[in-house]
Amino acid sequence: MPVNQTWSTFSDYAYYTAVVIYVLAMVFCTAEQAFGRERRNAGRRRSRELVGAAGPPPESVDTPGISTGQPAPAGPRPVPERLGRMGIALTVLGVGTHLTSLVLRGLAAGRVPWGNMYEYVSVACVTAVIAWLVLLRRFSARHATTFLLLPIVILMFIGGTALYTTAAPVQPALQSYWLVIHVSTVAASSGMLLVPGVASVLYLIRRANVANPQRFAKLSGKLPGEDMLDRIAYRTTIFAFPVYTFAIICGAIWAEAAWGRFWGWDPKETVAFIAWVVYAAYLHSRATAGWRGTRAAAINSVGFAVTVFNLFFVNLVTTGLHSYAGVG
Amino acid sequence: MTTATDSPPTQRPPNNNSWPRRLLAFIRNTWRGLTSMRTALILLFLLALGAMPGALLPQRSLNTGKVDQYIAQHGWWGRLLDQLQFFDVYASVWFSAVYVLLFVSLVGCLVPRTFEYAQQLRAKPVRTPRNLNRMPHHASSTTDMSPEDVVATAKSRLRGWRLTERTEESGARSISAERGFLRETGNLVFHFALLGLIVAFAIGKMFSYEGQVIVQANGSQFCNSGVYAYDSFTPGLRVDGTQLTPFCVKVNSFTPTFLPSGQPEQYRAAIEYQSGADLRTGQWRPYQLQVNEPLRTEGDRLYLLDHGYAPTFTVTFPDGTKRTKSTQWKPADQTTMLSQGATKFDRPGVTDPEQRRKTQLGVTGLFAPTAAFQGPVLSSSFPDLRDPAAAVDIMRGDLGVDSGRGQSIFEIDQSQVRKGALKRVARENIRPGQEITIDDGTKIRLDGVRRWVALQVSHDPSQVWVLGFAVALLAGLGTSLVVKRRRLWVRATPSGSGDEPGRTVVEIGGLARTDQAGYGEEFTRLSGELLEQTAASHREEN
Repeated sequence: MPVNQTWSTFSDYAYYTAVVIYVLAMVFCTAEQAFGRERRNAGRRRSRELVGAAGPPPESVDTPGISTGQPAPAGPRPVPERLGRMGIALTVLGVGTHLTSLVLRGLAAGRVPWGNMYEYVSVACVTAVIAWLVLLRRFSARHATTFLLLPIVILMFIGGTALYTTAAPVQPALQSYWLVIHVSTVAASSGMLLVPGVASVLYLIRRANVANPQRFAKLSGKLPGEDMLDRIAYRTTIFAFPVYTFAIICGAIWAEAAWGRFWGWDPKETVAFIAWVVYAAYLHSRATAGWRGTRAAAINSVGFAVTVFNLFFVNLVTTGLHSYAGVG
Repeated sequence: MTTATDSPPTQRPPNNNSWPRRLLAFIRNTWRGLTSMRTALILLFLLALGAMPGALLPQRSLNTGKVDQYIAQHGWWGRLLDQLQFFDVYASVWFSAVYVLLFVSLVGCLVPRTFEYAQQLRAKPVRTPRNLNRMPHHASSTTDMSPEDVVATAKSRLRGWRLTERTEESGARSISAERGFLRETGNLVFHFALLGLIVAFAIGKMFSYEGQVIVQANGSQFCNSGVYAYDSFTPGLRVDGTQLTPFCVKVNSFTPTFLPSGQPEQYRAAIEYQSGADLRTGQWRPYQLQVNEPLRTEGDRLYLLDHGYAPTFTVTFPDGTKRTKSTQWKPADQTTMLSQGATKFDRPGVTDPEQRRKTQLGVTGLFAPTAAFQGPVLSSSFPDLRDPAAAVDIMRGDLGVDSGRGQSIFEIDQSQVRKGALKRVARENIRPGQEITIDDGTKIRLDGVRRWVALQVSHDPSQVWVLGFAVALLAGLGTSLVVKRRRLWVRATPSGSGDEPGRTVVEIGGLARTDQAGYGEEFTRLSGELLEQTAASHREEN
């Protein structure tokens, strides 16, 4: 099927626009970070932790909705909060543009829009942002949006420059309905796992600040509470991990049809296995005395590092059967 | 573990420190240590860490040539890594040790948990704690309903929960309710499926085999009758190659299609096959073999892996005898399909071995499906057959095929060239239909070109089991992560005295038994409904 150049060009425009909108959203959310009254959150958090300290782990004091859960002030909302809300609105707009870019790309190439590394990164990023927006409906972590958008913007920048590939049909080995299932679920689960990765790093920053108040003194006070970061990481991981498992199993089924064996320790398979083991370790660590908290967060961060390593290093540096990056 | 420290030393049996007991204690402690979660975690890390070199270093199981190259390039470091089995990570002693320990640890963890689980299934929900307001989730109110009515209302609302009803000494009635046993079920299913998957995988490694063979796409046949039929064969540990599933394949044609950019679009091989009863009747069944669409027959799978060109050369010797051969040449560049190879000829009618070793011919060089010449240098500009040409060296002398050493079909033995036993007598570019005449009058003609396909036969009797266990694993994993294990208690206490005689205090407490389960929302909803129901009937009664 011939490639529709017009749609492909519009897809590229939408992609660049999405990046610009994300950057703008970051600016707005950072403004809320910088000028917002962070102490009020910190104070609330502290009292919450004290309440929970007596019994089993406190849970579900979540404030619903995107608002910070405070009783609405009588007058207009304060400026930082309005900026933050605008940041979220921009992020939603960015997701819309981003999705448009993917749809146009798919129409242009006449196939699903995840056939090379550029498209894969794009799908993973959009999933991560959507996952974050969904989480914001439960957790009042809006002021941490910047930290999520930062890796997204970096990834999308790399995707749009170094990894960019023109729209084209895929090679015979990829022409299978498993491309639809396996690659989409891998990209989506990897994207979702970005969220706990970021939350865990922020958690570690807060813990470092607790251990030594000199470290990250400015930053730490403006982050969501440890408890909330921990719950964000855990909830997202327990959703993404089964999806990731499903994706690996689908990959094995596809490998059986395409390469003659369901598992052959190809570099990509190996690192996917390693990431799976690390996330399994994360889930176990939360059930092990002395391993909750900092250690669990560290393991989750390692898991995400392995995922990123699998994306970049294994695709671009090693040679294996998964060499479909289309970069070269 | 605490019993020994609790009892005073004097009451210990005198032989407590005898060696069998100490040995037993040692074994018991080792076992406890091995099956503890902490050890399992460390082993998981070691597994992840141990698998890493397999992604970073070339592996023998994937590419022997690269391993040899790596070792040659890295001197003592490469040899050390080789000694430490870093090029066979997944078969190495240390990697096996980690997963065997993990396997043992898993079994040691699962067996007691399974018994515990079976007991819990039969056990009643635990007694209602005395102080429900100390529970992480708590709500209360008062109502005019009698304790019995409150309990009945709560029971009807808590349908689907495991319940017990109790009457306490104080006269209060209470319900203990529990839900979410499926979580532990899913967890156990996941871990047992993991065990099953590993076992099925190991069985597969025993009884599987894989063989590759190149077949020309001109109606040539291949039969899965023995190891000798293959170009390369990888048997499982228990496969000796004598009892392969019999079937035959005939490759009639191979049709690749390419995009204008040279990117392959589709590979299709039209084949016919015979298996099972067809072998006796001689009936051939057609099949369109494609990438991603292997032929599955009699439990074996036949894959289309690769393709290439086999130029056909005819040699006309001075005495007029002719010999024609099409030997497959291998692609040197996958994107343009520039191929290289060697087609070897024996002069017919020469019986004297001495003579024979002076007159053998080798036609070796490059073949381009779409020729592009840069001066005299041949390269290929497109992978499909558009304008084929070959750049060949004609070598004459002793090819070394009688030397007893194995020889690649894709190249001539360079050591023969260095020894001077094999000499170049011509170097020319030719197109189909053209011929080269060498000094003794022998003519070498490029007749045309055939296509070949590389096929792979795979056999793995246990892979269906692996799939089954993988599906069970996924189901168990999903269940164990989604289902929450939680408890709920309702206590209805008659407040016989004070301002409100005849009224009942309703207390509800909740406890999530799993980490970060997010029980709060459910508890708030449930307790709100319960309290509202009791309060509502209270209004009706008024």
